[in-house]
Amino acid sequence: MVSGLINANPVIYEKKERRVRSAPSVGDDEHAVEPIDQLELEARFVRVFIFLTFLNHIRDIKDPEHPYSLEELKVITEDAIEVDDNHSYVRVTFTPTVEHCSMATVIGLCLRVKLMRSLPQRYKVDIRVAPGTHATESAVNKQLNDKERVAAALENPNLVDMVDECLAPSYA
Amino acid sequence: MAEPSQLTQHIESFVDSSCSSTQQAASLDAIVSFVKNDVVTISSLVREMEMYLTTTDSIIRARGVLLLGEALKCLSSKPLDAATIHSLMSFFKERLADWRALRGALVGCLALVKRKSGGMVTSSDAKGVAESFLQNLQVQSLGQHDRKLCFELMECLLEYYPHAVASLGDDLIYGICEAIDGEKDPQCLMLAFHIMEVLVQVFPDPCGPIESFASDLFGILSSYFPIHFTHPKAEEDVQVKRDDLSRALMLAFSSSPLFEPSVIPLLLEKLSSSLSSAKVDSLKYLSYCTSKYGAERIAKHAGAIWSSLKDVIFTSGQSFVLSFTPESLGGLGCQENEIAAEALALLEKVVIQNNDLFSSMIVGDEEINMVLNSITGCQSYNEIPLQSTQKLYSVGRILYVSVKASVASCSRIFQYFFSCLMESMGLPVVNGSGTCSFNDDCIISKRPNHGSLYLCVELLGACRDLVISSGDLASQCVSANETWCCLLQRFSTSLSKIFSSTLATSTDKPAHDADVYLGVKGLQILATFPGGYLLVSKSTCESILMTFVSIITVDFNKTLLWKLSVKALVQIGLFIHGSNESEKSMSYMDIVVQKIVSMISSDNHDIPFQLQLEAISDIGTSGLQYMLKIVTGLQEVIRANLAEVYVQGNVKSAKVIIHLLECYSNELLPWIQKYEVFEEVLLQFVVSIWNQIENCMAFPDGIFEKELLDATMKVMKLAVASCSVESQNIIIDKAYTVLSSSTFLSTKDSLSSLQAQLEELEDTQETNKFSSRDEWIHSLFTSVIIALHPQTRIPNIRTVLHFLMIVFLKGYVTAAQALGSLVNKLDLKTSGTEYSGGCTFEEAMDIIFGKNLSSSDHVSAGRSGITGYWSETGLTNLCLGAANSGLLEIHSIVGLAWIGKGLLMRGHEKVKDITIVFLECLQSNGRRGALPLEENNCNWDMRLSAMKCAADAFQVLMSDSELCLNRKFHAIIRPLYKQRFFSTIMPILQSLIIQSDSLLSRSMLYRAFANVVIGTPLIVILNDAKKLIPMVLDSLKLLSKDVLDKDIMYSLLLVLSGILTDKNGQEGVIENAHIIINYLIGFVTYPHTMLVRETTIQCLVAMSELPHTRIYPMRIQVLQAVSKALDDPKRAVRQEAVRCRQAWSVI
Repeated sequence: MVSGLINANPVIYEKKERRVRSAPSVGDDEHAVEPIDQLELEARFVRVFIFLTFLNHIRDIKDPEHPYSLEELKVITEDAIEVDDNHSYVRVTFTPTVEHCSMATVIGLCLRVKLMRSLPQRYKVDIRVAPGTHATESAVNKQLNDKERVAAALENPNLVDMVDECLAPSYA
Repeated sequence: MAEPSQLTQHIESFVDSSCSSTQQAASLDAIVSFVKNDVVTISSLVREMEMYLTTTDSIIRARGVLLLGEALKCLSSKPLDAATIHSLMSFFKERLADWRALRGALVGCLALVKRKSGGMVTSSDAKGVAESFLQNLQVQSLGQHDRKLCFELMECLLEYYPHAVASLGDDLIYGICEAIDGEKDPQCLMLAFHIMEVLVQVFPDPCGPIESFASDLFGILSSYFPIHFTHPKAEEDVQVKRDDLSRALMLAFSSSPLFEPSVIPLLLEKLSSSLSSAKVDSLKYLSYCTSKYGAERIAKHAGAIWSSLKDVIFTSGQSFVLSFTPESLGGLGCQENEIAAEALALLEKVVIQNNDLFSSMIVGDEEINMVLNSITGCQSYNEIPLQSTQKLYSVGRILYVSVKASVASCSRIFQYFFSCLMESMGLPVVNGSGTCSFNDDCIISKRPNHGSLYLCVELLGACRDLVISSGDLASQCVSANETWCCLLQRFSTSLSKIFSSTLATSTDKPAHDADVYLGVKGLQILATFPGGYLLVSKSTCESILMTFVSIITVDFNKTLLWKLSVKALVQIGLFIHGSNESEKSMSYMDIVVQKIVSMISSDNHDIPFQLQLEAISDIGTSGLQYMLKIVTGLQEVIRANLAEVYVQGNVKSAKVIIHLLECYSNELLPWIQKYEVFEEVLLQFVVSIWNQIENCMAFPDGIFEKELLDATMKVMKLAVASCSVESQNIIIDKAYTVLSSSTFLSTKDSLSSLQAQLEELEDTQETNKFSSRDEWIHSLFTSVIIALHPQTRIPNIRTVLHFLMIVFLKGYVTAAQALGSLVNKLDLKTSGTEYSGGCTFEEAMDIIFGKNLSSSDHVSAGRSGITGYWSETGLTNLCLGAANSGLLEIHSIVGLAWIGKGLLMRGHEKVKDITIVFLECLQSNGRRGALPLEENNCNWDMRLSAMKCAADAFQVLMSDSELCLNRKFHAIIRPLYKQRFFSTIMPILQSLIIQSDSLLSRSMLYRAFANVVIGTPLIVILNDAKKLIPMVLDSLKLLSKDVLDKDIMYSLLLVLSGILTDKNGQEGVIENAHIIINYLIGFVTYPHTMLVRETTIQCLVAMSELPHTRIYPMRIQVLQAVSKALDDPKRAVRQEAVRCRQAWSVI
């Protein structure tokens, strides 16, 4: 078994300044519909922490010093999320930090679970690795969008625990 | 004698190590109390304990000695004779050598040394203890508690017997060094640092033994600097905080000037540490040591100090960020971080101490001069690269601080740099000394660059702050003909021109923000130089004021400039007001205040009205006399405009006046109330409004917007409320006179005519409207009544009461509020004969509740076809639908609610009757609904709304009103009146709800219940949470059916969420968990208000914290409900839903 991290020293990017939503007109239009949009989904995502701890967790190395969020690692950016509320469709494209990142499937799983839990059922969720950023791109894509395999993965208590741990801070 | 055996028992139980610690403590207490009460003497105690003190069993001996020591500790105030103390002392002194029984010996020694009265230790004994301490104790090999005791003992010896221990000389110092060396415990260190500090004081002679040990002592101390806790979490457990420890070490560092050769280099070296707390500490220590060591010793290090200080200020310079907002005009305009602040404080200290040395170093500093030379290259703020701006600001701060430090440094530094700057700005210094004249016609050729402007402002600011801080210095330094004063005198005019020209040429672009800010700031500083017109001439000051005023009147399009100018004027006004300079105050009044007032009064419609008002209210706050002027001016304008409205019906002035009145009531009146001034002016204003109305007999019809009347009423209320009782008496008399001139009080026989009117009112269906003049008069009159003090005498109360009744029955709520205020404030005790027209409280109640109307009652009851069913009369009757008109019924209910509120707040019994009327109304109408088809649909609707009104009357009773009956309007408020009402009404409501058989009246009762619950403080609700929760839920369900009830539903839901989240409500919540969740799930899809949905989901999140077994069965239901909310049209709801779903899915 390999010891050490896959990507021990990831490049950390500064957090982008949040776009601030113009203040909603309260009270005036109680029945105005605010559709689910890119910004909202981003707001739900950026707080998804992929702890390096969790990477370590698998390898039994405890190093609680460096928790980074997906945003800081530029795994997810605002532009990588496409939402179409009318057609109930979401596509998320994420960029693994290194080409051989074996964590890509786990990150993808986390994203999918997060979306499943925070979107209405009518949505179809499509999660992809950004083209050309991963060695086994098509395999990962296939695995992530296979309903059966995702369901099977979520039957695995170890995986579910891990996903929950990753997502826990995003609900804070 | 029984005592000795008891004593022995106690001693034994203390010594016995198998006894529990509480038993031991108890027996110690018992022994101490024996000795305190003179049942046993100390010597007999010692004799009794002999065996324990001398036994060879070390454990028992240790306990014995400890007992004696602890006993002495508790007996510190008991007088003991010298022989006893001596023998005890020598005993403990010897015991110090016995390491097995050390704890007791230390406690005993400490107890004896600490004694302050009733026999103290002799100095020879003290010396003996110290000797024994030094000989026998290896402090660092002991445990933490023993070390602490050792240090305490040494500290006491040094503090209380300095001479005795001083004779030990080198041994003492050496011993202490040895004891402290290597100490790590924070509590012990606190003591150790203090010992060092005291030790130095014990040997005050600089050439004494300390000198030879100085480097050793410092070697021990220096290893603790800087103090840094490596485990910051542990800090919370320890009693000693980092700051305390650091302070103790600082005192030790600065205790002796002998440390200076080692301390200063160490501190300077630590300035370059990467730990920011170390930097801050070094700076703090340096400035403390500076004052302790004296100028001479510091002078040796001056060069090093200056260069490291400069470095620190430059490197922490990124924190000097100028903010160009109007708020920062009053202060310094830039935020500093802690390091920079400390560094500047230190700089100020050293400059004060060694002026010549440091001044010449600053003046001769290459880096500063380089910055100064380079600034001329860049024109505007944006051209300068970020790094050099930071450097520039650092230099600015250095100059500011060093100039401000003292007069001497000011002359030196100011003179040098100011001349440089003037030259760079194109104002050559012709002649250093000599005439102070300057050519006024000097043409300012080029726009000054940002850097010079900034430094100029800093220098000027420093000068001004220096002069202000040193009080009478202004005259002193000018008479001394200081060069900087001359410079300032000479250049002030041209500088003000430069600043003004900066403002004039600026545009509203953000690129110019910095220059605009500096220009305004510079002008403001020039205008606020103290000492009359000595430094800045009168004409300059006035031209500055005029510049600002012209900006306010003309340049209102440049937002920032305009705002800054107003703020600057306010600051100048505050300064002039504070400095008592009459001449300046005059010119401020003439130029600024006069102009601003005339701006309002003239029909100058160039400036947006909102800005005018903002300027006027801001400038008013700068001083009393200005406010007076502005208030009178504004009142004048309001009066003039009102007259126009009355006479000509000018719609345009009506609009103007609404703004003016709002400004008056929102901005000026609160200020006036705060300072409690201008009562006379207010009185005149109010009276003059009444006069105007009185004189104007015919109002033009139809132009009176409700808005205008409302604004006037608000002003009237607030103005009257801030008057004293005497003025209020005048006002109410005046108002009453005007009122009597109005149409319905014009007949002489007012009382009977009023009664007649009331009868009429009961008969006629339609409510005839007032004429607009009458409406004004009665509205303003009610405003006056609402704002009165309880002590104010209202003329002809009976008439007034009748009048108010009529008005509110016609549907004017303000009259009802006035009536409520009246009954709230009416004196309970007066007989009503103290002044004509007064009446007793009972009489007033009789009038209101219609006993006097008995004659008419008969008729009306007969006419409305209901005979004698309701025994109550008058108003009560009306409420219960005695009249034909449903509208009248509603009006009377609303009126009664306000009257009830007045009574409730003062805690009067009568409020019970009123609530009973409401309750009856809620039920009776239900009964009536069952009557055969006598009533048509229209009437049925009326009934329904009357019932709603009765239910909402409880809201009036329980809620706080902004409009009347509050502290501002002098209401009598009994403490906890809401709680009282809650506890009386709640059981009644509960039983009524249970008994109620009709669906309608039950729903109305629930509505009333909801209103009461919403109005009650949450803490009271929590006490009854268990009983209340089911009812709250039921009423929520009822309320959720109607869109119109969404607000009250939301408030009630907030109460529920309050119960859910509080610990006290928890029990009831757990019991009802199922019902609560079931109901809440229903509200998740409440369509009318987003807030209700959001709060519901938040409540559900709170519920997920409950014990697992109670809520788990509901899990699936909740998740299903919440997943629907994930698709909610509102974003906030969706977000809550995501959180809620997560919370419930993990349980």
